[in-house]
Amino acid sequence: MAIVVNRRPLTFWEKLYLPAFIGGFKVTIRHAIGTLFGGKKVTMEYPEQKWAVPEGYRGAPYLVRDQEGNTKCVSCQLCEFVCPPKAIKIYPPGPAGQEADRANAEKMPDDFQINFLRCIYCGLCQEVCPEEAIFLLKDYSITGMTREELVFDKEKLLALGGVHAGVEKWKHKQDEAREQENFPVKA
Amino acid sequence: MDWNFIIFSVVKIAIVIGAVQTFAAYAVLAERKISAWIQDRVGPNRVAPPFMKYVPIIGPALTRWGIFQPLADGLKFMLKEDFTPESVRKAYFWLAPAVSVIPSTIVIAVIPFGSYLGHQKMVIADLNVGILYTFGVVSLGVYGIVLAGYAANSKYPFLGGIRSSAQMISYEIAMGMSVIPIFLIASTLNLTNVVNWQSSHGWLIIYAPLSFIIFLVSSFAETNRTPFDLPEAETELVGGYHTEYGSMKFALFFLAEYSNMVAASGMMVTLFFGGWTLPFWGLDQPAHSIAIGVAQIIIFIIKMAVLMTLFIWVRWMFPRFRYDQLMDLGWRKFVPLALANILITAIVLWAIS
Repeated sequence: MAIVVNRRPLTFWEKLYLPAFIGGFKVTIRHAIGTLFGGKKVTMEYPEQKWAVPEGYRGAPYLVRDQEGNTKCVSCQLCEFVCPPKAIKIYPPGPAGQEADRANAEKMPDDFQINFLRCIYCGLCQEVCPEEAIFLLKDYSITGMTREELVFDKEKLLALGGVHAGVEKWKHKQDEAREQENFPVKA
Repeated sequence: MDWNFIIFSVVKIAIVIGAVQTFAAYAVLAERKISAWIQDRVGPNRVAPPFMKYVPIIGPALTRWGIFQPLADGLKFMLKEDFTPESVRKAYFWLAPAVSVIPSTIVIAVIPFGSYLGHQKMVIADLNVGILYTFGVVSLGVYGIVLAGYAANSKYPFLGGIRSSAQMISYEIAMGMSVIPIFLIASTLNLTNVVNWQSSHGWLIIYAPLSFIIFLVSSFAETNRTPFDLPEAETELVGGYHTEYGSMKFALFFLAEYSNMVAASGMMVTLFFGGWTLPFWGLDQPAHSIAIGVAQIIIFIIKMAVLMTLFIWVRWMFPRFRYDQLMDLGWRKFVPLALANILITAIVLWAIS
């Protein structure tokens, strides 16, 4: 059933549009003065002022190092496979490749490229990484003048990523192994 | 025909057209700034020529106020590709911006914007039928809009054009009738004489406030400004009559709108606010020296700027009228009001005499 809302008919005073006119002037003047003299503007002038990036923000994915400055990535290529826009490209070291930084890590990538023109900041690489080697950090303004410039290589990603104080997965295993060796066994 | 007259007329025309277009360009800046302040924003504050950053204090301040924004806007319009869509009616499409911009520019010819500079009257054409000329020419402006709507060959611009014509008809009459009391009181149709009458008797807004209100509201409709911007209602008609236009052709429509505002403000200043006069410091008499002549031109410009600000301000204050409300206001409120105004003024004048 339709509900009829009875609207109050306008009075003569209201029909002259004058109350609306005066009200409009009041509101606009209040806002104009507040903006001009009260510093109440809501605009944030972006390149000079920047907003605080909140925790858990999904910015650009970068590679990180562990506490001892070793590359955490072991070139497993899971992120490359999971990456929906195929932005990640990993060059594994191959049989004759470079040794890994960390003891107990089998290998590390020869090169690791992220194309930031393709990256959609989905965070699947971070989620899939078994080594906690790639993180979406707080950078949100990735710009460049050429396409080549926006393909970041391993060195650049590591430099931007910095050190991540997380679990040192293989160090723990190494310590365990060492303790096994030192365990006093009666001859 | 003496050469003196021709040369001085040409100079005056050049200066006035230049001034009006500059005024229109800076009205756009004022529009953007005022809208920004009302909406708690900052407004244009970045554009500056590259050397400006080496100028201490003044450079950044001017940039902050957006003084160079109109230059950048103008340059942008010039450099854009002049694009003609496939489906438009070409001849009318090219004609419409010109038809729109010419009336809005030539209206200013009869407005006295100062008394004398040297021996030159500061009005381009001192017609005895100034006001009739104004109404005749201003009404032509609608043809540009209707033509643009028709030429676009697409439904939304067409709707904009139709609305514009209906709106014009309903407001032209109220506007024309609203100024009749002015001429009953001042007993002249010559705008210079209207100003002279005001300098000896006081501003006409005191004698005919109702005329002023009707004229003001009608000129809002006439210049397609909010609350009567139905022909270019963005929310309803995409862009209105100029949807299909780009680059300099669009800029001409833009210029026409703002020149119309300048002309309407100038008209109101002349008719109701004493033109170039101020009632004190002897500024109400025609100037005998260059300094006073210039001062009077500046007074006229300031008065005009105040009214322009009102035009701009109102735009950011009110929502758009509905089409039927607009018609109702025009035909059923303002036309009878204006008629009553004429009648009452006539009776009062007759009783006094």
